[in-house]
Amino acid sequence: MSKRIGMEIAFAAAEAVALCRPDVIAAYPITPNTHIPEHLSDIVAEGRLDAEFICVESEHSALSACAGASGTGARVFTATSSQGLLYMQEVMPIVSAMRLPIVMAIGNRAISGPINIWNDHSDIMVQRDMGWVSLFSANGQETVDMVVQAFKIAEHRDVMLPVNVNLDGFQLTHVVEPIWMPDQQEIDRFLPPYEPYASLHPDHPLSMGTLGLPEIYNEVMMARNTALMNSKKVILDIWKEWETLFGRRYEPIESYKSEGAEVLLLTMGSMGETAEVAIDELRREGIAAGLLKLKLWRPFPFEELREAVAGTKVVAVADRACSIGGPGGPLFAEVRSALYGEPERPIVVNFMIGLGGRDVMVEDFKKMIKKAARAKHVRAECAYEIYGVRGS
Amino acid sequence: MSTAKKQPMGFIENFDLYAPKLVEKEEFFTSGHRACQGCGEALAIRLMCKALGKDTVIANATGCMEVISSVYPTTAWRLPWIHVAFPNAAAVGSGVEAGLKALQRKGRIPDRRVKTVAIGGDGGTVDIGFQALSGAMERGHDLLYVCFDNEAYMNTGIQRSGATPFGASTTTAPAGEASFGNKTGKKNVAEIMVAHNVPYVATACHSYPLDFMNKVKKARKVKGPSYIHCLSVCPTGWRVPSEACIKMGRLAVETGVFPLYEVENGKYRLTIETPEKLRPVNDYLKLQGRFRHLSPDQIQMFQDRVNLEYSKLMNKVKHSRSWLDM
Amino acid sequence: MTEKKWPETWQEVNPGCIVFTPGSARSYLTGGWRAQKPIWDNTKCIKCGICYLFCPEGCITEDAEGYFAADLNYCKGCGICMHECWPRAIKMVEEG
Repeated sequence: MSKRIGMEIAFAAAEAVALCRPDVIAAYPITPNTHIPEHLSDIVAEGRLDAEFICVESEHSALSACAGASGTGARVFTATSSQGLLYMQEVMPIVSAMRLPIVMAIGNRAISGPINIWNDHSDIMVQRDMGWVSLFSANGQETVDMVVQAFKIAEHRDVMLPVNVNLDGFQLTHVVEPIWMPDQQEIDRFLPPYEPYASLHPDHPLSMGTLGLPEIYNEVMMARNTALMNSKKVILDIWKEWETLFGRRYEPIESYKSEGAEVLLLTMGSMGETAEVAIDELRREGIAAGLLKLKLWRPFPFEELREAVAGTKVVAVADRACSIGGPGGPLFAEVRSALYGEPERPIVVNFMIGLGGRDVMVEDFKKMIKKAARAKHVRAECAYEIYGVRGS
Repeated sequence: MSTAKKQPMGFIENFDLYAPKLVEKEEFFTSGHRACQGCGEALAIRLMCKALGKDTVIANATGCMEVISSVYPTTAWRLPWIHVAFPNAAAVGSGVEAGLKALQRKGRIPDRRVKTVAIGGDGGTVDIGFQALSGAMERGHDLLYVCFDNEAYMNTGIQRSGATPFGASTTTAPAGEASFGNKTGKKNVAEIMVAHNVPYVATACHSYPLDFMNKVKKARKVKGPSYIHCLSVCPTGWRVPSEACIKMGRLAVETGVFPLYEVENGKYRLTIETPEKLRPVNDYLKLQGRFRHLSPDQIQMFQDRVNLEYSKLMNKVKHSRSWLDM
Repeated sequence: MTEKKWPETWQEVNPGCIVFTPGSARSYLTGGWRAQKPIWDNTKCIKCGICYLFCPEGCITEDAEGYFAADLNYCKGCGICMHECWPRAIKMVEEG
């Protein structure tokens, strides 16, 4: 029976990981996700979880150790943020190409220059092309649920890809929320033991991580891209199963008061919850505004996006990262590209907000939406702005 | 093992003439690999695998041996093998060790000892892989790390590494009018491993195959970290004829450039009988194209360095005590 | 694993580029690399096995009588066996 608890979300994420019975955890501390591996090491030290906890000497080694352990057929987990994620970036595409079902929790934090430990999405945005399944949680319950779902998605024989679960650093990791925590029996029923497609053992010697000549690299890329695109079907099935078991519904894009909306705000992560309040207020003021909360980032939910924005006049995309010198925020650029082929396209505008942990208030969302309502079709480089810059 | 009589040509000392026939016959590193002709490192890998036996998992860093042995869809390995990236052989090895440990404890794999061995070249161990090696050894995993040292980044075209010896010409520290090549000595990773309290540390060379294989067997038995540094002659990079591969390794040992020793719980011991007087280093240097440019003064500097390092080692051999007796 | 023709289609490539057949490198015959090959004079051979031990290819094998020969499908002609042979029983001969 699930229990309703009040817990810091990072701790709750660790408890959820422990319920999934990982065999090896290799992690390195970095603010703000440190509480996740810390609490996991507590759980192991208390004897509540039988796992090898490796205090690795760097994040690069964290993901490398996870790769080695996953190769033996062990269920593995790691967590990091920002600079740590950048440090392990060399290994990110490798574990995806090697089809190792590693699960990672990322406490999203701004990447350096200047060094900043607070929340934004720049760390995960530079991982777009790495070939991982990427989920975004907006609150504590979603974090706990998605972490468990991640193991099942990753290990599914039709997926076999690493999965990262993104939760906003400090905004979520360090916040106490009420959460329905499943119990061990429920999780065991949902998540069976890991049966690897291939494993390192002398009884069946094989070679993992071989060299790919130009003759084959292209075909491997096709196979990888297809696998990641096709994983959406598995994700939707697993979300359906989750709803049956736990009564909580997940979809790639969740809409909030979007019927008849003329302006739709699109968010990722916890700012969506603040945006809900803004939408409520705007609706009371008579403005036809609605909200879309993106939960599935990779594979990109093309169909769900097109369906969600059909009939609306303007989509205001709130990015919590900036693609410097590029065509706008990462989410904005992808949304615009996804809608480019549509005969009927909404106007898409972009606000880059909350960078480096700057607070985004209800008032800010209302201002953005009111401004977006007056937007016209403009060139991409004129359609975006970094919101709230002093001096501009 | 009996010591052989000194042969007329003075080829091999302390060697049981008929022992090759007693060596494990099975090949765990098959032919068809794409190493250069006369590759000492490929030979060393072949010998190491014979000493390890089949209950082994190999974690390999990017480098010559990884590239020549695992061209998809083929593999020269008949042992379970994983390659991830360049700097992380020791980290991947740590993960493999932990995974096997957890799975065995939980009864998900058969209950028998499978040894994890991480291997890398000198670049992947001494330079870019140094951090991961230090971390893995400090954490005390049941992991053997073998460094195959051919003294440069050979796979990428003979660039200077932290293990490149003094005076060697490499493509990034070449000899020319304004420089005599590499200006610093070899990073002594074996010593660094002893400082990590690794219970078994050894230097080895494929030119002394039984010594090497015995060390591998000994290291395999250790229930904790162990380290072997194996000098591997690269005829291509050292600019020697391919057939001289074994001879160059022998000269490295006989001149004291690369002494063969082991350190068990801090106690140093030379593992082959060295002659009372070491051969002059010039016997070793003059045969290699990478040292061809050295002047007599520079060769003397090289000799002085070798004498110093050898004295330091002999000092430790004489005076070190096992940590178990302290 | 069934034999696949090289180069494989994207559907055929093993996930993760895993190679399931140990020792499959033997399908690549490196013998074409050499310029000279080793010939054993069994009248001089003392059957010590040094040539077998020092071959980087591992392509020298012992026959029923205890003499040795290189598998010319793989021998790269490096000359190590010739150089290390005590009684000078091995000669390197230029390939035609």
